[in-house]
Amino acid sequence: MSNNIPDNDFELRSLDATCLNESELVHPYWYNLKYLVVGIIFGIVFVKAEIISWFRIQEMFRLQSFHMYGVIGSAVVVGAISVFIIKKFKIKTIYGEDIQFEEKKFNVGQIYGGLLFGLGWAITGACPGPLFAQIGTGISVTIVTLLSAIAGTWFYGLVRNKIPH
Amino acid sequence: MIEWLKQPWPWYVAGPLIGLTVPALLLIGNKKFGISSSLRHICAACLPANIHYFKYDWKKEIWNLFFVGGIFLGGFIAAQFLANPLPMQVNPNLVAELKGYGITDYSQLIPTEIFNWGGLLHLKGWLLMVVGGFLVGFGTRYAGGCTSGHSITGLSNLQWPSLVATICFMAGGFIMANLILPFILR
Repeated sequence: MSNNIPDNDFELRSLDATCLNESELVHPYWYNLKYLVVGIIFGIVFVKAEIISWFRIQEMFRLQSFHMYGVIGSAVVVGAISVFIIKKFKIKTIYGEDIQFEEKKFNVGQIYGGLLFGLGWAITGACPGPLFAQIGTGISVTIVTLLSAIAGTWFYGLVRNKIPH
Repeated sequence: MIEWLKQPWPWYVAGPLIGLTVPALLLIGNKKFGISSSLRHICAACLPANIHYFKYDWKKEIWNLFFVGGIFLGGFIAAQFLANPLPMQVNPNLVAELKGYGITDYSQLIPTEIFNWGGLLHLKGWLLMVVGGFLVGFGTRYAGGCTSGHSITGLSNLQWPSLVATICFMAGGFIMANLILPFILR
């Protein structure tokens, strides 16, 4: 099994939804504040569209409401059009760097992990983003769920070489 | 304006805004929109424990922690200044089903009857919060992404492994919500 597990940092990162680029530019710390701003807008949308609501997630998985399908569907359409435009016109970042896209490689983790995450999503009513937003709205007990999710991630790192990929 | 903002936002406003996060993060710094990775960076920063998976330069990914910090602050701002004063409007079939489990409070975004600190002392609350959270953290990393990384970023870039992952997210959710959760809540 270990042959199939990516071992170097680059491959590890390409499997994740993290940034892959090794930017040549070195920025001071406060440049990261722009990601904070995008996060704030995103968090407000999460709350105001009730995406972080346990009830909306239950409706989604019982086919009792179109709301979440509309949110995710229109987000994908807008995201796909944006990516298409960026690729087509070779748009660069605000610092003039090329924008890179990487192909995701298939592994069975996407099936097993995907199913396990789906089970957890329907129980907690939250994927990782909403956990942060729920705590922000003052639902303090979600800290427990977030800590448990961090523990789950840590456990994955621990057993990674022993489970199929 | 503020009154309008306080109402729940419809999907056709929220969805496109979330979709625009993808090009926004690409344009301001070549970053790929993904949230569950932040949990990995937290592990790498706080408790790498000599585990290979957590031995990398997490500081390179610190933008991701700023991003989730922003989501936290966004939640705070929305709840403090833009909160909807009315209870949530939920499908009557779900209301009827949840009533059978003793869930009748729709004033919060989660059912506070079962999601509360005291609830952790009971098996039900333990399963919902601790086991559920563990599955979210383990499953997203095993799958290599969550709703944002796979379902939005991955599908936007037409990656078929992300479609497989998304189908499995939904399948797991349907199984839990319809077949298992009723027994937990009962």
